[in-house]
Amino acid sequence: MSERKVRVVVAKPGLDGHDRGAKIVARALRDAGFEVIYTGLHQTPEQIVETAIQEDADAIGLSVLSGAHNYLFTRVLDLLREQGAADVVVFGGGIIPPEDVAALKAAGVKELFAPGTSTQDIVRFVRAHIRAAV
Amino acid sequence: MERPVRFETLSGLPLEPFYTPAHLAGWRHEDKLGAPGHYPFTRGPYATMYRGKLWTMRMFAGYGRPEDTNLRFKYLLEQGQTGLSTAFDMPALMGYDADHPRARGEVGREGVSISTLDDMERLFDGIPLGDVTTSMTINCTASIALAMYLAIADKRGIAWDRLGGTMQNDMLKEFIAQKEWICPVEPAVRIVVDMIEFTARHVPKFNPVSISGYHIREAGATAVQELAFTLADGIGYVEACVTRGLDVDSFAPRLSFFFDIHNDFFEEIAKLRAARRIWATVMKERFGARKPESMRLRTHTQTAGVSATAQQPLNNVARVALQALAAVLGGAQSLHTNSFDETWALPTEEAVTVALRTQQLIAEETHVPLTIDPLGGAYFLERLTDQMEAAALDYIGKVDALGGIVRAIDSGYPQTEIADAAYRSQLMEDRGEKVVVGVNKYAMPEERSINYLRIDERVELEQAERVGRVKAARDPKKVATRLKQLAETCRHGGNVMPVLIDAVKDSVSLGELSDVYRQVFGLYREPIIF
Repeated sequence: MSERKVRVVVAKPGLDGHDRGAKIVARALRDAGFEVIYTGLHQTPEQIVETAIQEDADAIGLSVLSGAHNYLFTRVLDLLREQGAADVVVFGGGIIPPEDVAALKAAGVKELFAPGTSTQDIVRFVRAHIRAAV
Repeated sequence: MERPVRFETLSGLPLEPFYTPAHLAGWRHEDKLGAPGHYPFTRGPYATMYRGKLWTMRMFAGYGRPEDTNLRFKYLLEQGQTGLSTAFDMPALMGYDADHPRARGEVGREGVSISTLDDMERLFDGIPLGDVTTSMTINCTASIALAMYLAIADKRGIAWDRLGGTMQNDMLKEFIAQKEWICPVEPAVRIVVDMIEFTARHVPKFNPVSISGYHIREAGATAVQELAFTLADGIGYVEACVTRGLDVDSFAPRLSFFFDIHNDFFEEIAKLRAARRIWATVMKERFGARKPESMRLRTHTQTAGVSATAQQPLNNVARVALQALAAVLGGAQSLHTNSFDETWALPTEEAVTVALRTQQLIAEETHVPLTIDPLGGAYFLERLTDQMEAAALDYIGKVDALGGIVRAIDSGYPQTEIADAAYRSQLMEDRGEKVVVGVNKYAMPEERSINYLRIDERVELEQAERVGRVKAARDPKKVATRLKQLAETCRHGGNVMPVLIDAVKDSVSLGELSDVYRQVFGLYREPIIF
């Protein structure tokens, strides 16, 4: 039996339109052999969690550059728990000050990548921490 | 032996070891440069340039409540800033009031929260609108923000012809790069044309649009792509205005531009010079403009946010200084210098002050602004300006072949080109072929944390309550009438601006007016490209 590929939803929650990072990460993960679903912009946490469940995703990568990260990341985590999908790994990146990074990690975000992170580091993270659900 | 690095510009244009007159065969000073303030404006849009007037030092500012930003505005003016520039929060930029569910977590975070005229009045409280020029970085809701600004002028008894400033209002680049939108491309451009038409008649010193390469570059474009797509957008607006029946010389003098100033020092200078020459030629030859003012490209500039690093943030002070110097050598009319802490959060007052001082230092200590286009005539720079021009014209030709910029956007052409360039550039950084000091070279393990600006959590609640109170105090019949008037104008044609001005005076909110746009024109759906 061949193992299913790891499936990652890359999403832009909230209202900001800065999608350079999200698109680069989506493409880098795809080039590294993962299955990637990119949601496009201006998604609500509800839409993102719905996409993740429908697509049977193993992880969600969120990109937020509007300063709304505290609300948006925790809302996605809450919705995943409510819908019995807490096993979906949530990671992300954006303009996020150190204090908020610490708080979001404590709340259950697996990893947050600062500007300047290489795509190789993100690929390594996904390889190390995310397994395809059977 | 040469070092094993790429001898090319950031856009990939090849660089010779040195340049001689042989690189400028057939180059005539009279055709390529002319005098400053004269066709083809390569050396600058004005005859006296910085000897007559320094560039406007315009720091982009906005956060929290209108009162918070008002204080920052006043601080910057006290520190010698010469123009205002307003950053709105994401809900205002996307057409939602502070009390809308989609505004959750975003109110006052990336800019100032504005829902009604009441907010806008607080934002500009005590600021002499007739004397200071105000720039507003707002696009799909720019028509509503302009209506509010004009309504405040009316309330204070300031004649509209005394108002100077700029609305960013460049929807084409929104679809290409910044991606704040409500409705599809054609109705979005129609509202832009309404604003160009309205200000040309009634607010003659206001720039109704700032045709922006900044966001195109920040989204990952090369300098050549930025130059080309920005000018293609400009061509798109001129075509739309001419189709409306406007005489080109009635509105073109008030079109303004906005370019990014990135790390490649000479390429950025060449880009601004090439932009002026291409625009002058396009306006004269393609659109038959007769007034020189219609042909001269005036531009705001901003140092490249995307080049700033979160690692070793103080290095950004040096980056910004070099980029700002390139903007000045390129002949910019206005400049925003980024603050070193912006990869972490909105800037602190201390960081903004250093950024502003960087401009003042270039202006008053270096003596650079005392000579117009001081690099003009250098074999290398003139050759590079010609190369930038040729490469951009090639792209503009491709956009024309696709049927113009609106069609090109619908087909995803600029978006795909930019996403490809962004990815290529990232891979070069990952491989260390493109050096980012402090990140992929000279990295340091231990980072000192910096002080950064925190937005009070109560802002969202207070702003939501405030808009609720304003809405509750209105006459609902009047509100319904105003919304109906706007819907009818959107459906049947006619300029939206007079209707919007009446509506905001009756405290109809930004979100309610945006809802009319949503209902009448429908929502834009982006092609998913990555």
